[in-house]
Amino acid sequence: MISHHLPALQVVVPLMAAPLCFLLGRYRRLGWILSTLVSWLCLWIAVRLAFQVADGGQIQYAFGGWAPPWGIEYRVDQLNVLVLLIVSGIASVMFPYSWSSVQNEVDPEQQPLFFTCMLLCLAGLLGITITGDAFNLFVLLEISSLSTYTLISLGRDRRALTASFQYLIMGTIGATFILIGVGILYMLTGTLNMADLSDRIGEIGESRALQAGFGFLIVGIGLKLAMFPLHLWLPNAYAFAPSIVSAFIAATATKVAVYVMVRYLFTIFGHEFSFSAMYIHWLLIPVGLIAVLFTSIVAVFQRDIKRMLAYSSVAQIGYMLVGIGLVSTTGLTATLLHLFNHALMKGALFLSMGAVCYRLGNTLIDNMDGIGRQMPWTMGAFVAGGLSLIGVPLTVGFISKWYLILAALEKGWWPIAVIVVLGSLIAVIYVWRVVEAAYLHQRPDQSVTVVEAPASLLVPTWILVLANYYFGIDASFTTGFTSSAATTLFGAP
Amino acid sequence: MTGGTLILLALALPLSGVIGVSICRQNPNLREGFTLVVSMLLLLVVLQLLSLVMAGARPELILLEMLPGLELRFEIEPLGMLFATVAATLWPINSLYSIGYMRGNEESHQTRFYIFFAVAIAAAMGVAFAGNLVTLFVFYEVLTLSTFPLVAHKGNQMAMLGGRTYLGILLFTSIGLLLPAIVWTWTLAGTNNFIPGGILTGHIEGGAITLLALLFLFGIGKAALMPIHRWLPAAMVAPTPVSALLHAVAVVKAGVFSVVKVVVYIFGLDLIKQAPGADWLIWIACFTLIAASLIALRQDNLKKRLAYSTIGQLAYVVLGAVLLAPLSITGAALHIIAHAFGKITLFFAAGSIYTSCKKTEVSQLDGIGRRMPYTMTAFSIGALSMIGIPPTAGFISKWYLLMGAFQAQQLAAVAVIIASTLLNASYFIPVIYAAWFKRESSEAMLTYGEAPWPVVTALCMTAGLTVLLFFFPGIPFELIQQIST
Repeated sequence: MISHHLPALQVVVPLMAAPLCFLLGRYRRLGWILSTLVSWLCLWIAVRLAFQVADGGQIQYAFGGWAPPWGIEYRVDQLNVLVLLIVSGIASVMFPYSWSSVQNEVDPEQQPLFFTCMLLCLAGLLGITITGDAFNLFVLLEISSLSTYTLISLGRDRRALTASFQYLIMGTIGATFILIGVGILYMLTGTLNMADLSDRIGEIGESRALQAGFGFLIVGIGLKLAMFPLHLWLPNAYAFAPSIVSAFIAATATKVAVYVMVRYLFTIFGHEFSFSAMYIHWLLIPVGLIAVLFTSIVAVFQRDIKRMLAYSSVAQIGYMLVGIGLVSTTGLTATLLHLFNHALMKGALFLSMGAVCYRLGNTLIDNMDGIGRQMPWTMGAFVAGGLSLIGVPLTVGFISKWYLILAALEKGWWPIAVIVVLGSLIAVIYVWRVVEAAYLHQRPDQSVTVVEAPASLLVPTWILVLANYYFGIDASFTTGFTSSAATTLFGAP
Repeated sequence: MTGGTLILLALALPLSGVIGVSICRQNPNLREGFTLVVSMLLLLVVLQLLSLVMAGARPELILLEMLPGLELRFEIEPLGMLFATVAATLWPINSLYSIGYMRGNEESHQTRFYIFFAVAIAAAMGVAFAGNLVTLFVFYEVLTLSTFPLVAHKGNQMAMLGGRTYLGILLFTSIGLLLPAIVWTWTLAGTNNFIPGGILTGHIEGGAITLLALLFLFGIGKAALMPIHRWLPAAMVAPTPVSALLHAVAVVKAGVFSVVKVVVYIFGLDLIKQAPGADWLIWIACFTLIAASLIALRQDNLKKRLAYSTIGQLAYVVLGAVLLAPLSITGAALHIIAHAFGKITLFFAAGSIYTSCKKTEVSQLDGIGRRMPYTMTAFSIGALSMIGIPPTAGFISKWYLLMGAFQAQQLAAVAVIIASTLLNASYFIPVIYAAWFKRESSEAMLTYGEAPWPVVTALCMTAGLTVLLFFFPGIPFELIQQIST
């Protein structure tokens, strides 16, 4: 009985838990325990769903018993179950981490609000991923976005408010574009169900309106996923948000947005329309490559390491866009792999910076001189995660870069391979800066002594670090899932 | 024990040394004892493997599979066996030397030193036994990363700068050139295993061959071909045992070994011969050979002179590989051993001098032969081997290189080898002359004698090996014969 309703529960459980968490009010710890338990429950549901679709099948769930395309349909396949696993997996590692970190960084009175918003954000992200309805996707996108604006503004630094406001403006513009795009599609086809949309778009043929709708959607989603020139909201938002929020949204929110992009390009519009008629790859590849080079170089010059990681995230999204733009199963596999792998590496890196912030109060590189000896486990996690970011063999970063370069060479587009490699080399530089500061510089005499971060921060961080190596050494699960998802996406026009 | 188990042991033993050393860090005697025992055990394991390979076996081990077809795979072939044997033979001797050197100079962080040394040896074993390009790359990178703390050991400004150059150049070339070359090979051939005769024949032609070969040649930065040689002199800030084992044996030999291996087992000799501009590969090696020797001539710092000499000597190996004649390949493989024994002796001697009287410049060595007879005898033997004068191992390898150059009908290369030999002589002979025949300057009233006994024992052993290899080149020779057949 329950197992039949799992797709709905995946979203409903965190959504219902959110107000409950707010009602718990000043029993802050109870609120935290509730949110942690909910995140674990979500992971369990996602794993159950993954087992059900592992053989390539689909789960279709009609919400409230209203048959699609009239009712809202939730649809689980190999593509989105992977994203569900990422989001809920990251959440179940990060929610336990949040208690100590939040005690340190968020005003106690606002903590109930904080945990509530985290749950809402989780619900929104899971919902975007699982839903099979274009308008429902927009609603859930707004739920996750609004809660993210709130979470960012809870940062201790007053600049968090402007960062949040900036994101609010940009995010709302993006959401509006998406809404206009969905509106146009509805006007043309009379349906909002994704599967139905996909059938009917194929029948329309050439249409200016359809092309306009496509444009609105791509720009709107591009804003959400921080596609290169539209990324300006991201560095501030990540730098000034509370550490755990930076970690959580860096590892999940942009990934979900990339998923939405893939869903629209491949399932709804179909790859023939997207690539053969709209030539979207001629946008995605240049934009992705510029992002890889430009934002990586910008990252090298950041003083705040959280900001540095934020710029690096934009670069990593560039890799994913390039993968989509290569228009091949290998390229798409690389994108999906990197979706999963980047969540693991950025999660680990942001969590280790959260631990640094816990002890030092900020993550400026100038203050990190010599802390490698005082905080060996924290900085060890950073180095291990950094190696993965660079793409050293035996880490997940290597696996995704391997596929991406393979895809580029398959097409014979070797300049892309060259730029991907250059991106890795720049990553060496910005990771190395931190290593040099933390390990090779002496701790200044008059600086405060720091000690190792508490286990409540270290254990989740290291779980993610080890995941980086586990999935880097045995990539059969991730590559199996992603390549069969990619094949399906190309198979169905 | 089967071959697979032995391979695993060869990788695990040095790593067990890591654990042992860190447990025994409170008790230096126990700690160093542990290192010695582990290094002896490793030697035993490698000798066991040697006898298997000599008998014609090709032990194999697949450790794990990252992706379908992309696996950590080990397979021992004669060339790798040779490299592993050299490294494993010299590790115990070097450990003995390290004990004398590190204590004699009261270096700090000795536990860290022994730990990373052991990791580096494990990585060298991994490089030697690698059965495909990816495995080679993994251990190549581990070797780079694990030797960085050793290079920057002193922790002062100079060491930091040297370490940064070292790491920077090696990482950038390997990620920027070698890795793309590997992926390219993979897309062309659909495999990256080392197979006798090469895997690329029929998959690639024309200028692409030359380009790929250049990517490999410069991507393997550890081979120190000019202009990617700067890391080697930079690494001389390291304590001498590190320079000795790692930058005369494990690291640089991992580089040239990889070059030879790629030429023989990825391209195959016949394929490169067809490439337009294959001669350019020879010219790059020849240029490095001459240029490095000319620079060495002008160095007054003894370790720097040895470093540039190493760059030149490595170019002999690369030259042997790219001459593409069976005899020159034999010469290249022999030179890997000959240079290893000779150069480690020279570095040992330089460290011995530094330990007993803190002298580092060539111009300070007048008359030192009488103070330190054992050290300087060993030094002289090493230097003779570098020049290629009998009765030392260097003679045999240079002989084969010359024959290879004739076989390939590259008379210009013959001329370059001879010219370079003269240059080698002109930067080593003055040192020997000064040490034995010049008088000590009068103001040096320091009294000093030989370095501590572990240091002297170690350098006598390596000098002995250099001479022994001249008289008994049988085992390496038989191994190398297996490559060409």
